[in-house]
Amino acid sequence: MARLARLALSEEEVELMAGELSAVLDHIARIGELDLDSVPPTAHVVDVTGALRPDEPRESLPREVALAQAPAVSNDGFLVPSPQA
Amino acid sequence: MSATDILDLSGAQAAAAIGAGTLSARELFDAYLVRARGDELNCFTWLAEQAPDDAAIAAGSAGPLKAVPLAVKDLFCTEGVPSQSGSRILEGYRPPYTATAVARLKDAGAALLGKTNQDEFAMGSSNENSAFGPVRNPWDRERVPGGSSGGSAAAVAAGLAPWALGTDTGGSIRQPAALCGIVGCKPTYGAISRYGMIAFASSLDQAGPLTRDVTDAALLLRHMVGRDPRDATSLEWVGEVALPRAERLDGVRLGVPRELTGEGIEGGVRDAFQATLARAEELGAQVRDVALAHAPHALSAYYVLAPAEASSNLARFDGVRYGLRAPEAHDLLDMYTRTRHDGFGAEVKRRIMLGTYALSAGYYDAYYGRAQRVRTKIAQDFAAAFAEVDLIVTPTSPTVAFRLGEKTRDPWAMYLNDFCTVPMSLAGIPAISIPCGLSGGLPVGFQIAGPPFSESRLLDAAHALERAIGFDGSPARARGAGAASESAP
Repeated sequence: MARLARLALSEEEVELMAGELSAVLDHIARIGELDLDSVPPTAHVVDVTGALRPDEPRESLPREVALAQAPAVSNDGFLVPSPQA
Repeated sequence: MSATDILDLSGAQAAAAIGAGTLSARELFDAYLVRARGDELNCFTWLAEQAPDDAAIAAGSAGPLKAVPLAVKDLFCTEGVPSQSGSRILEGYRPPYTATAVARLKDAGAALLGKTNQDEFAMGSSNENSAFGPVRNPWDRERVPGGSSGGSAAAVAAGLAPWALGTDTGGSIRQPAALCGIVGCKPTYGAISRYGMIAFASSLDQAGPLTRDVTDAALLLRHMVGRDPRDATSLEWVGEVALPRAERLDGVRLGVPRELTGEGIEGGVRDAFQATLARAEELGAQVRDVALAHAPHALSAYYVLAPAEASSNLARFDGVRYGLRAPEAHDLLDMYTRTRHDGFGAEVKRRIMLGTYALSAGYYDAYYGRAQRVRTKIAQDFAAAFAEVDLIVTPTSPTVAFRLGEKTRDPWAMYLNDFCTVPMSLAGIPAISIPCGLSGGLPVGFQIAGPPFSESRLLDAAHALERAIGFDGSPARARGAGAASESAP
């Protein structure tokens, strides 16, 4: 699960969290007792449909502003370690 | 006006005094800056270096908010000003743009005083999950201010800011307001744009005011609500938020849900709640029972849905575009996982793991799918109840402010703080917390909830009760002052 979440966790962290999360999941499991088969799910609580904006070109953030907060930059782009070092 | 007199003014009163020419906007800003610099509660993560310049003061004074200083929760993006959402992973981040809610208040004349401490990414009910250390409650410094908008609540209660902006996902405005003895309002989902709010759980997050009184809450709401093309879930607001005037509650039907007012509510909180119901009846309200049958399951549904959305929203913190990056990674994946290990605190990691689990293949239907169905039932319960009553009332929090460290070892004990506030969040309906008395010398919050877009009615009822209760918040302002109280100009 930690790999899926892209989180590096130490052995101790995994152990501690497994205990804590099991306890939380025990509480959460109570919604399993409800009869919900005929109930539709709610993804969004307010009725909004077709909230589209006009498809017009707009100025984007200037490149140097977008890059200003990056930990590493190279050739006007974000610099990252190689995916396959 | 003396510094003490200035600090006795609410935000609306200060704006009126500036408008009438009896108070200078600069004098007001400086008075609060001195107070905030002496902050001993750890309310602020950033403070303005000085009052705005003459041109900015003049521009602010021309608006309805008259350059009155405003404290803003750290997770609102403010251009060029640190916006870190209480997290190590965003340490030093200065966004290139400003959140709509803040921009609108600025356009109305508000002046940014500082950014306030909060639980990391708004995940918490005690402000103990901040990378910048816990905030202390001005009523008792050994106790928490509540969370996640703990810095905003403590700053207003302690008189370090006249008013503040917070966000509420499952109670993060209302619960700290209750624990600090001030007013906190979560409006209808969609009433205020979420643009520029560093996201926690997008289907639940809402901005709102933390203020000394109900009138101030209405005034800040007035200048924030309305559709924003930059947030597709924001909605048009019809008319203008009215300033509350009601002094009576004649004919108002108040519903008391047994599910949220019985078991689990501390004795002193229940007493203050019952006394407030009696007061409401004296003001002419009809108090009756209503059923919210699924409300006890709200917490379980919330702690599936909110972490699920969070695990997705927080995927953006990968060490590439902003914030922290772990050094000397041997490849890209190693950089991601180590950056997130170093940058996120324990509670954020817990929720990312919980959310990832709830969304993973094989568990999705049992957790996320079921929680979404519970959400439907909760919204239906409220809709049915509002056919019988005008407003629903509960205690805001099951307990008064608890001791620092008291609940940090047991996540579910901490989550129970949200028991009375989470149902309204899941239903997307507006709710306000007002201080209704003390229990053992600590404030108790009274929550009033209404149907979508019933804010004006809600504020009116809160105003009538506020007048009748006459809660005195001055002890927190006296105690919360710290060293600054002696050195005020």
